[in-house]
Amino acid sequence: MSTATLDVHEVPTGSRVNYLNAQYGVKSWLLTTDHKRIALLYLFSITLMFFVGGTFAVLMRLHLIEPQGALVQPETYNKLFTMHGVIMVFFFLVPSIPATLGNFLVPMMIGARDLAFPRLNLLSWYIYIIGAIFTLYAVISGGVDTGWTFYTPYSSSFSHTSVIPTALGVFITGFSSILTGLNFVVTIHKMRAPGLTWFRLPLFIWAIYATSIIFILGTPVIAITLFLLGLERLLHIGIFDPAIGGDPILFQHLFWFYSHPAVYIMILPGMGVMSELITCFSRKRIFGYSFVAFSSLSIAVISFLVWGHHMFVTGQSIYAGLTFSVLSFMVAIPSAVKVFNWTATLYKGSISYDAPMLYALGFIGLFTMGGLTGFFLASLATDVHLNGTYFIVAHFHYIMVGGAVMAYLGGIHFWWPKITGRLYPDGWARFAALVIFVGFNLTFFPQFMLGYLGMPRRYAVYPSEFQVLNVMSSAGASILGIGYLIPLIYLTWSMRYGPTAGPNPWGAKGLEWTTPSPPPTENFEEIPVVTEDAYDYAHSTVTRG
Amino acid sequence: MAVHNAHPPGFAHQFEDMEQQREAGSLGMWVFLLTELMFFGGLFASYIIYRALYLPSFEKGSHLLDVRFGALNTAVLLASSLTMALAIRSAQVGRRRAQVGFLITTMILGAAFLAIKFTFEWHHDYVEHLVPGFGFVINSDWGAAGPHVPMFFCFYFFMTGLHAIHMIIGLGILTALTIMAHRGRFNPQYYSPLEVSGLYWHFVDIVWIFLFPLLYLIGGRYMGAGH
Amino acid sequence: MSEHIVPLRVYIGIFVALLLLTALTTGVAYVDLGAFNTVAALAIAIVKMLLVVLFFMHVKYSSGLTKVFILAGVLFFAILVTLTLADELTRHWSPTPSGWGALLPFVTRFF
Repeated sequence: MSTATLDVHEVPTGSRVNYLNAQYGVKSWLLTTDHKRIALLYLFSITLMFFVGGTFAVLMRLHLIEPQGALVQPETYNKLFTMHGVIMVFFFLVPSIPATLGNFLVPMMIGARDLAFPRLNLLSWYIYIIGAIFTLYAVISGGVDTGWTFYTPYSSSFSHTSVIPTALGVFITGFSSILTGLNFVVTIHKMRAPGLTWFRLPLFIWAIYATSIIFILGTPVIAITLFLLGLERLLHIGIFDPAIGGDPILFQHLFWFYSHPAVYIMILPGMGVMSELITCFSRKRIFGYSFVAFSSLSIAVISFLVWGHHMFVTGQSIYAGLTFSVLSFMVAIPSAVKVFNWTATLYKGSISYDAPMLYALGFIGLFTMGGLTGFFLASLATDVHLNGTYFIVAHFHYIMVGGAVMAYLGGIHFWWPKITGRLYPDGWARFAALVIFVGFNLTFFPQFMLGYLGMPRRYAVYPSEFQVLNVMSSAGASILGIGYLIPLIYLTWSMRYGPTAGPNPWGAKGLEWTTPSPPPTENFEEIPVVTEDAYDYAHSTVTRG
Repeated sequence: MAVHNAHPPGFAHQFEDMEQQREAGSLGMWVFLLTELMFFGGLFASYIIYRALYLPSFEKGSHLLDVRFGALNTAVLLASSLTMALAIRSAQVGRRRAQVGFLITTMILGAAFLAIKFTFEWHHDYVEHLVPGFGFVINSDWGAAGPHVPMFFCFYFFMTGLHAIHMIIGLGILTALTIMAHRGRFNPQYYSPLEVSGLYWHFVDIVWIFLFPLLYLIGGRYMGAGH
Repeated sequence: MSEHIVPLRVYIGIFVALLLLTALTTGVAYVDLGAFNTVAALAIAIVKMLLVVLFFMHVKYSSGLTKVFILAGVLFFAILVTLTLADELTRHWSPTPSGWGALLPFVTRFF
């Protein structure tokens, strides 16, 4: 085997055979086992689900312009926030980076030809689609109003909405996650290229690995929980039923055992993307590589120890509350380590402000804000005041949208030339990033204030003194919505009309950038042998091109 | 283009060689079994909690189960694990008919387990009004422990039911394996589908190894109640 | 996973041990050992599990990676049980004021 440091100017571009044009026809896509094509199948599906979930958000914000509600009946409002949550959490955020960027990049970053189990990969996409169909069926057949958290006994005994189809959809889609995580873990353990030791891996791979641990250990618990919920609804008896001694709080324990680590499923891959973006656009190696790598693993492990902080005011034992509170403070540490390391990487870097970097810089600020507000919620006393209010809503949207979605968009933009072989219009991209940043803050910052002032979440009406802040938030939401539509338009446009991209438009380090854009189906002509550390920009001869 | 060596049938080209493929397949199944551990784990965790809260009711419910069938089924499943291991061993030493024989025996034992469970145990419980949601009757003889006895039976049926579903899936897998083995698919160089399915089958056996004492042997039977 | 071929007598021996342990656990259930009944039942089940894992599932002959994965799974299951029990079993341990807290009614009287 020889080294594969291709001279980028020798690689022919244009009408070469690549994974996109190697085969044509619907069957070649629907029966593909190529991880890159499967990544695109996922990209298409989750984009669709994002806009479905986003539509519910738009309807909610329109409704909340007026204190007595401007749009829908309270029962319908309950369905809107439920379905927004279910779709955004399970069908967008959880699969977003892993199933799209992860599927595309993991084999390429480790110098492999595909994942360990390509057919399982395709199966996981089909499972995702089937789960999505069940949930969308629930949406059309009247919706669900239990909240995405499905708390019993309302969900098990009293709600008259489509709980079972929704729970079934989420249950089924969970297996998609499990198979994806399984595939990643085995691939990363067994299929790294020669010379690619663990500590030479891109940090994106460490992040995906840590995320996969959570996929594997957490998702089955929500699967059994929803299964039990469905049984209880069907049989009118079950283990959460107080009539036979059941404890509704047990449902919450089982639910949050997965759903808290799930939020780390949603952010860890984004953090992985961040490490790639910050290093490339500062042209510097990451500060504290092993700290960042171990922090990903720490986050994955500690994330399983904190779930009770969602239950401080449910009647949970105060001793359990104390334990979960202390552990929740601890889980912030590895996240903070990452933020410090990215900042230190920026220091004295040669920084360029391309669209991916704008998203990355936005992430640092917004994720930090979201994370810091988590401390208010991890403290028992303040959580009593803030729980169930818009403070919580703002907190998790800062992390999920200000963090995870920004990282997702940054990653999509960064790897777009590699995935499609096309460049997108840079000006529009930077403009959209700024619109999104402004729209996001205008939407969610007022919500911190609303929550602190006492406005409850999941309410269709509110006291009139909160109207100004609500209107600001809704105005921000419209800007944010436009901000999301802009990339949809120019990225789609670029697939056909964008200028063709070279193998490495950003001059980035990483095995994926040594292949043509788009890559051939088998990724590498010869499996590369790795001799250098990750992000070796100081010794790099690769420039932007 | 890289020239690759002639690979045995069953080789998947994303791998470098059969060794890597075998290791990946095995690790993949272990990871899957971890997910199964957590899947059953949610039920076991809930069981532990309610048993701690309602021990007298769980004892009462447990005494209403027939230990003889539970013990017999345990022996049946342990035997099926043995025959599964022997089927794999037969492939390792290249004996095709032994493979098929042991696989079929495993299936027969698995089917026997299900037959005993469904016809002798579940059906009996149904007739005795011990199935929650299907005409459960709280017997006044059960005293103060009565109201929570249905909770025990919820766990009994959910846990053995989920286990049975996994057994049925296992039988399906075994059927496919038996056909493949009959066609001479497996040999000392390539038998990972057998190995990997064996891991699954043994896992299902281990679940039962815990279900038996946790469901049938709660609280001792020394008080003379039950069988 | 292994190329190692386990001898037939080992498999048979393990099987016999498993049957004996099953008989043992059933028998012990008929003896009054109080709370120790549960301990005994679980201990025997764990031993049976270990025999199946180590010999039938070949973990004795497997890489360290396999063993780490199994331990990780057991650990996370233990976390689920332990922290949930930490709530369920301590819920009625309400703290009653004592020490400085008992002084509160006197304090509020003057302020």
